[in-house]
Amino acid sequence: MANTNVYTAALMEHNAHPDYKYEMDDPTHVHQGVNPSCGDDITVSLHVEDGVIDEAAFQGSGCAVSQASADIMADLITDKTPTEAQALAELFLAMIRGEATSEQELAPLGEAAQLQGISRMPARVKCAELAWRTALVMLDDQR
Amino acid sequence: MAYTQRMATDLAANPFKKDFPLLVANPQLAFLDSAATAQRPTCVLDAQRDFYASMNSNPLRGLYRLSVEATEAVAQARRKVARFIGAPNVNEIVFTRNASESLNILASQLGDMLLKPGDEVCISIMEHHSNLIPWQQVCRRTGANLVYLRPGEDCKISPEEVAEKIGASTKIVSITQVSNVLGVENDIAGIAARAHEVGALCLVDGAQSAPHIRVDVQKLGCDAFAFSGHKLFAPMGVGVLWARGDLLEQMPPFLTGGEMIEWVTETEAGWSPIPEKFEAGTQDAAGIVGLGAAIDYIERIGHEVLEQRERALVAECTRKLADLPFIRLIGPANPRDHVAVVSFNVCSVHPHDVASILDGADVAIRAGHHCAQPLLAWMGISSCCRASLALYNDSSDIDRLVNGLQQVWELFNG
Repeated sequence: MANTNVYTAALMEHNAHPDYKYEMDDPTHVHQGVNPSCGDDITVSLHVEDGVIDEAAFQGSGCAVSQASADIMADLITDKTPTEAQALAELFLAMIRGEATSEQELAPLGEAAQLQGISRMPARVKCAELAWRTALVMLDDQR
Repeated sequence: MAYTQRMATDLAANPFKKDFPLLVANPQLAFLDSAATAQRPTCVLDAQRDFYASMNSNPLRGLYRLSVEATEAVAQARRKVARFIGAPNVNEIVFTRNASESLNILASQLGDMLLKPGDEVCISIMEHHSNLIPWQQVCRRTGANLVYLRPGEDCKISPEEVAEKIGASTKIVSITQVSNVLGVENDIAGIAARAHEVGALCLVDGAQSAPHIRVDVQKLGCDAFAFSGHKLFAPMGVGVLWARGDLLEQMPPFLTGGEMIEWVTETEAGWSPIPEKFEAGTQDAAGIVGLGAAIDYIERIGHEVLEQRERALVAECTRKLADLPFIRLIGPANPRDHVAVVSFNVCSVHPHDVASILDGADVAIRAGHHCAQPLLAWMGISSCCRASLALYNDSSDIDRLVNGLQQVWELFNG
């Protein structure tokens, strides 16, 4: 059952009851990310004011891994500066690539570190990464 | 050992698994992805290894005995392939890398030769990308139009649809014999007859049919037939293109270079006779010999036993999945209309999650668009799960699939 450990109760909860899945009223940034081969389709919205992401949300459809990952990300980057959020997204992607592995290194990711198992599931990497890559496109522009 | 009808229908017993080293080494694995690639029996692996160990040399080129032996081994495999699909002439069998390459040769060479702006190429919406993109691209190049045959509610392409879509403007019909998603078998004989009535060619993608049903290209009445070795217990990297001899004669060569020429000067070249004209460069001779051994294996078992067992497996798989209230089956309602493939979705669970969780339970299925994106888009779904069966599967594989799917459902609805 090595591979199913990514389907934790926490991940299933984020998938079933995402707190950040809604249409934002007045986003300052919106970007759509698609995994054509999976049919995952996620739109990430950010509201940046006074140099802080004070609201993050997502919409769209996809597998449980892509949906939960988006919800966890939105929670993590809320109240962060774009630079901090960018660093977190880079760290998350490094974890998924298997480049950042120690508990200490991954501590800033909080709950998102639970997705580390994806680094051993090459077929699911794109699912876990989608929201983060989508956010990074906007965050790169922000800096 | 003689294979009996009981071996075909007793799905609790499995006299075939022992022939497949990967399955023997992984007794816990329910391998249900043979439509992507089949496992290979020991006799095929041995044939491939023996080629390298005992007769390795470049076929056709050498004037020494080893090369003569290698040449004969390839020729023997070619004769087996010709017999296997009922080709009238052995020199109409072209070895390629896979069905995709065979279909690309047809699209590229016949398309450029036959198509003018306004002409029509007719394929079906259930084509694998391998028999879709080559035609899409050749139509863009030549100004021809791509027309799609679409199935009805029963997943079958009706004779009315065939009569309507294949008409005076149609120059080429290229269609899959068995859909890799729906599992449905198309009426190739009827479609070929209609194509010929309007003066068009009928080409067939046999990637999903040749491994499972007896193929006779003359009875089908088609003009060309393509399939891959690796779905038919043969090594990866060897495929087959059969086409009517006169078509192969007319088509210009696809790749040029070694072994496909009669003579070369500084400014010109003359081509070898078919099939060598289409076999530039050194072929995967060991793979070709392996394909011959795979055909021997199937013929030893017999098509009747193979087909009966696979039909029984599909029927049991369909029945057990239909019993699960959270499964939506895709494809024809009648299991008899499925050739080796059962596609489905788990209500409100993404197919990639299903496949990942099943993988954790040692059940290997395919999930995604199955290289048939236009079909899935037309059906209004972005992806689905597919369990595909081969004669080395048994009841326990299906039971493991069912148990795994129950785990999926409980995980998402527990």
